[in-house]
Amino acid sequence: MAQLEVDVVAADGKVWSGTARQVSAPAADGDIGILAGHTPILSVLRPGAVRVVPAGGGAPLSWQVDGGFLSVDSDLVTVVVDSASTTAGAAPTGH
Amino acid sequence: MAGQQRVYKARIKSTQSLKKMFRAQELIAASRIGKARDRVAMATPYSRAITRAVSAVATHSDTSHPFLVEREDTRRVAVLLIASDRGMAGAYSASVIRETERLVQRLEAEGKQVALYVAGRRAVAYYTFRQRELAGRWTGFSDAPTPEIADEIADALLDAFRAPAEDGGVAEVHVVFTQFVNMVTQRPRVIRMVPLEVVEGVAPVEENDALPLYEFEPSPEEVLDALLPRYVRTRIYANLLQAAASELAARQRAMHTATENAEDLIRTYTRLANQARQGEITQEISEIVSGADALASS
Repeated sequence: MAQLEVDVVAADGKVWSGTARQVSAPAADGDIGILAGHTPILSVLRPGAVRVVPAGGGAPLSWQVDGGFLSVDSDLVTVVVDSASTTAGAAPTGH
Repeated sequence: MAGQQRVYKARIKSTQSLKKMFRAQELIAASRIGKARDRVAMATPYSRAITRAVSAVATHSDTSHPFLVEREDTRRVAVLLIASDRGMAGAYSASVIRETERLVQRLEAEGKQVALYVAGRRAVAYYTFRQRELAGRWTGFSDAPTPEIADEIADALLDAFRAPAEDGGVAEVHVVFTQFVNMVTQRPRVIRMVPLEVVEGVAPVEENDALPLYEFEPSPEEVLDALLPRYVRTRIYANLLQAAASELAARQRAMHTATENAEDLIRTYTRLANQARQGEITQEISEIVSGADALASS
């Protein structure tokens, strides 16, 4: 319980998908941090870094994105970006 | 008599070289279709996520956005036709053009003026031959569309949709493309792109269920402003990818059939050539025998 289902998708395919404890993203009015139980939100993203803390522990993942949007609905987080590139320090992903 | 044999031999030879061409086309299509299907699969999560988000805004906010309401000030509508650049794909282009013609007739019966936007050289040729005016045309990418091309097409359509009525603005945008169902079935489909009709992926609201309170950042209008053009772009890109996969599948099947037909023809002509050769030999023998008979009886 109290976990987020996260999907990070870019125009050319799924970037990352899994469960996470926390997601932070550069929302339109300032960075936004999302934990389980967050109210439903749909926000436009500015260019910036999207960070995901995986539920199973391990190093936080981070991507540089150039705009997109983020939706949260009953602990289902979808980050939709035009393009995402892994930033240094983040673990390589399966996809 | 020898002439007959020669004619058959020539026909066999030309059919053989045709067969080689069909076979090559079939193999090319077969090798590309895997990649085209992968691209369709890769683009699916993105377009699904975007469709869901758009549905969520449309359902959970009472904002009216130009993309969501019908325009009353103009009778012009845009139709985007996605066909192929090259032939040799069986009825692929013909069936999608037929579907478009049907749509155009229906729209005109409703008293609307249709502005045609066409992607794919075959369809452009079809309409220029009939001297129909095209509002926009794109060629040269039908079997491997890129996001840039999709953006270009989407921008043209969105510009037309946003333009005021006197500048040729359109009230609706329809898209006709071929849906890739599987390797055997590809179906021409018509969808209305804008104004949107999206209900996908949103659970119906129960009587007693309180609507979840959605937050929009910065505001519902701005979210829609950012979301909707992106949605249209994604849908057009997805449609282009579907059309590309369909085209390749149709081409592979058509070329497979053509190869088999060529084999049948070669078999028939070989039999006819053999018959002609035997007929010739029989005739020569009977000429010799009758000549000998005539000599012996004299």
